[in-house]
Amino acid sequence: MMAEYKKPLPVLEELSGEFYGWCKKGQLRFQRCSDCGAWRHMPREMCPECGSTTWDWQASSGRGKVFTWTVAERPLHPGFADAAPYAPVVVEMEEGVRVLTEIVDCAPADLKIDMPVEVVFEDATEEVTLPKFRSV
Amino acid sequence: MIDLKDRACIVGIGETAYCRKPGSGLSQLGLQLQAAKNAVDDAGLSLKDVDGIMPFPNLGVAEEFAANLGVENLRFATTVHTGGAAPVASLRIAAMAVCTGAANAVLIPAGWNGYSGARTRQTVSEDVSSLPGGKIARDYYLPFGLTAPPQWYSLMARRHMHEFGTTSEQLGAIAVAMRKHAQLNPNAVMHGKPMSLDEYLASPMITDPYRLFDCCLETDGAAAVVVTSAERARDLASKPVRLMGVASGQPYPADEIVNRKDIFETGLTIAAPEAFEAAGVAPKDIDFAEIYDCFTFEVLQQLEETGFCERGEGGAFVEGGRIELGGELPVNTHGGLLSEAHVLGMNHIVEAVKQLRGDAGDRQVTDAEIGLVTGWGDFGDGSVCILGK
Repeated sequence: MMAEYKKPLPVLEELSGEFYGWCKKGQLRFQRCSDCGAWRHMPREMCPECGSTTWDWQASSGRGKVFTWTVAERPLHPGFADAAPYAPVVVEMEEGVRVLTEIVDCAPADLKIDMPVEVVFEDATEEVTLPKFRSV
Repeated sequence: MIDLKDRACIVGIGETAYCRKPGSGLSQLGLQLQAAKNAVDDAGLSLKDVDGIMPFPNLGVAEEFAANLGVENLRFATTVHTGGAAPVASLRIAAMAVCTGAANAVLIPAGWNGYSGARTRQTVSEDVSSLPGGKIARDYYLPFGLTAPPQWYSLMARRHMHEFGTTSEQLGAIAVAMRKHAQLNPNAVMHGKPMSLDEYLASPMITDPYRLFDCCLETDGAAAVVVTSAERARDLASKPVRLMGVASGQPYPADEIVNRKDIFETGLTIAAPEAFEAAGVAPKDIDFAEIYDCFTFEVLQQLEETGFCERGEGGAFVEGGRIELGGELPVNTHGGLLSEAHVLGMNHIVEAVKQLRGDAGDRQVTDAEIGLVTGWGDFGDGSVCILGK
């Protein structure tokens, strides 16, 4: 069943390997600067706030709010040919960072800005687990 | 800062025919060579006079242009890697080159078989190296289905609708204005195909809130300009158009569209005040604007960030014919990427030159003296040029 997964997947190397490695363990973690305490996403080598190269992957509360979205009615990538309509959604996390994701239990037409959501983990393949969200 | 105002000019413009079916019948390079040659001829220059070439990112190599065109003395070859913002941004680099003596005459070509060749939506989703954001987009956008330009930007459009009450009808007013202008332009792909607001609203949804007619055309075609110094321009037969102020900017972060503190702040937000200051004019002095219209909302957003209206007021600004010919600020007098052709925004520069030369035919803006052209690329890179007669 898993061999049939047709959508594009992240490449599990460098910082993406670490981010998705935590997802695989069922944990949503973001980089947090060890010097100034700033959270960051997408993953970066250096803290853009203070220049520090020291960070750790700290656990997110997993909760956030819908910030914006689009409803893809016509798929523009072969991997999503059978998926439309679907909605790539931006969620603003309690930590302040935003993630691009999908809401698993809400039809695109029912999405609302500021709708509260929480993370769920979806195994795409044996190697890759994607962080998605559900309404709360 | 070194003042470049009026020290460089566009002296030549060239275009090919713009088309969809059956396609240009030329290679991507061949198409651009036609436009390039037309631009050099229009300038009254010989190809031997050209010593600078600035190809569009990923669409050509300067050495290849030079070898085909007989440009034997290529001294200046570079590319600005800001997608659709590149042609206007290249004007600035070309101005710097001709004012410092790094080059005498710089050719800036752009063009592609956007209809009969590979479509943008394919290249950006299949080739990570051509994808703005590179690995970030690959690892954090594509797996969730954010795969193509209209999807990236419609995230901003929806947020704008939420914060400021911008409506589909207002986006439609932009599409309708561009289409109206295309009826006056025989080289526009949508010439002879007028469109009403109702037809716009009835067009199928591509990526909500973007309908089909919010999206630019996919066409075959090329355009090019030649830039030289004001001094050199005086000796040429063509009517020069002055570069009064040019600037570029990038949003922060430029490689990622989701985590911006201010989601509406783009490269143009930074570039526009700089260009106006350099030119010594204000938005009220602009007679017409050619705004990079990859999608309708980007026009609205750029009108705001350029300072033609306040942020949040773009929706009201585009209504009531204000951006149509005869209105307060005619926008995309050629029909733009939405209704003339998608020539990477080089067609916007060419149109501005035609307007300032008084050569725009039925769509001529009366007494056009100062025009403004923007470029928009990748995740919101911006560029803007103010041009004078």
